[in-house]
Amino acid sequence: MERHLKLPLQEQDIKKLHAGDYVYLTGEMYTARDAAHKRMRDALDRGEKLPVEIKGSAIYYMGPSPAREGRVIGSAGPTTSSRMDRYVPQLLDLGMKGMIGKGKRSAEVIDAMVRNGGVYFAAVGGAGALLSKCIKSSEVVAYEDLGTEAIRRLYVEDFPVIVAIDPEGTDLYASVSG
Amino acid sequence: MVREIAVETVTKIVCDMCIQANHFLSPDMEKALKEAGEREERPLAVRVLGQLEENLKIAGEEMIPICQDTGMAVIFMKIGQDVHFVGGELEAAINEGVRQGYTKGYLRKSVVGDPLLRVNTGDNTPAIVHYGIVPGDKLEITLAPKGFGSENMSRVFMLKPADGVEGVKQAVIQAVKDAGPNACPPLVVGVGIGGTFEKAAIMSKEALTRPVGSHSSEKHICKLEEELLEEMNELEIGPGGLGGKTTALAVNINSCATHIAGLPVAVNLCCHVNRHVKCVV
Repeated sequence: MERHLKLPLQEQDIKKLHAGDYVYLTGEMYTARDAAHKRMRDALDRGEKLPVEIKGSAIYYMGPSPAREGRVIGSAGPTTSSRMDRYVPQLLDLGMKGMIGKGKRSAEVIDAMVRNGGVYFAAVGGAGALLSKCIKSSEVVAYEDLGTEAIRRLYVEDFPVIVAIDPEGTDLYASVSG
Repeated sequence: MVREIAVETVTKIVCDMCIQANHFLSPDMEKALKEAGEREERPLAVRVLGQLEENLKIAGEEMIPICQDTGMAVIFMKIGQDVHFVGGELEAAINEGVRQGYTKGYLRKSVVGDPLLRVNTGDNTPAIVHYGIVPGDKLEITLAPKGFGSENMSRVFMLKPADGVEGVKQAVIQAVKDAGPNACPPLVVGVGIGGTFEKAAIMSKEALTRPVGSHSSEKHICKLEEELLEEMNELEIGPGGLGGKTTALAVNINSCATHIAGLPVAVNLCCHVNRHVKCVV
């Protein structure tokens, strides 16, 4: 099944998604990877607000290479999602709806997705040049000192992903042997 | 006769190699990916390989790094014993080349100065440099920027002699299975067999710099390379880990002497962006 979806994700749209669907995303998403997730967790532990509105958001696990002059961003493909797993159930409970990355997720993450109606998309790892062409704007919105690991707000058009784990918890990777 | 090489030359070569390696794959890799695309039947696998092919095209034409993880710069220096470096410290010159290459080439700075304090060094240094002294008066530099999606899934197994070739196969296949989609298949699998704990690991890394499609000159090792590749592709992990015939493009094994009590096996996984450039001075 091939679909075009708008970001931020709407509950009725998420419900229709099934593992294996090919989806083109258009709209705003945030980027965050290891260091930004740790900082968000530390902020929550201290009782502080997160630097971005997590409710309804989609987070792309990505740290770009620098943009050449006149360009929006450099190479911009997904990093391995499982390194973020320990931070994710809390974010899903706070209202995060979508994640974009590559690779398997933990049982805890899948449980939290089912509990909260979240979806996990896989982008093709190592296709950073191709994916960068779908990113129309990029702006650092938090943790600028982290460089490539800062949180960015991206606007993407027809960003190609595959539903890896759907809101019912069906895991495309689990159906692949190995 | 001693031949003098200015370290400045090394800086310039390393700088150029960093930019080259991160935008253009070697012809052997491009060929292997193309052939994989022709073999696949599953629509999703065909689609992923199609994206990878297009990605390579865009990377080269528009000078956008093939992958945003432009890696930690791993460098093998084969130094002829008649070479004398002049004009400064060799390793400082290598790092200067990495610094310049990663800055001028708009490559990602992915190195933290301390593994626990984790502050980015800002210029992708230091490089990981492996030195070897060889006969002659030439210098051979091989640069292999290594991404960590696949590096994180690499393994060292200290097998027993009784485990034999079957044990080696099981270990390598286990590493590939455990990596699943995380290491960005289709993979190139570097294997080091023998030596000591650290020697096996370094051999597995160096094996990744051998052209895809080349084979070990040792007959039994060559056979093992072929058998392992076949077995890996029967796992059906496929491109992107989403199923398909192409889990790996090649298995490259380097081996050497070891102790009577041991059978070290290191498995260094590399994603389909298996970058390596070689230059002889």
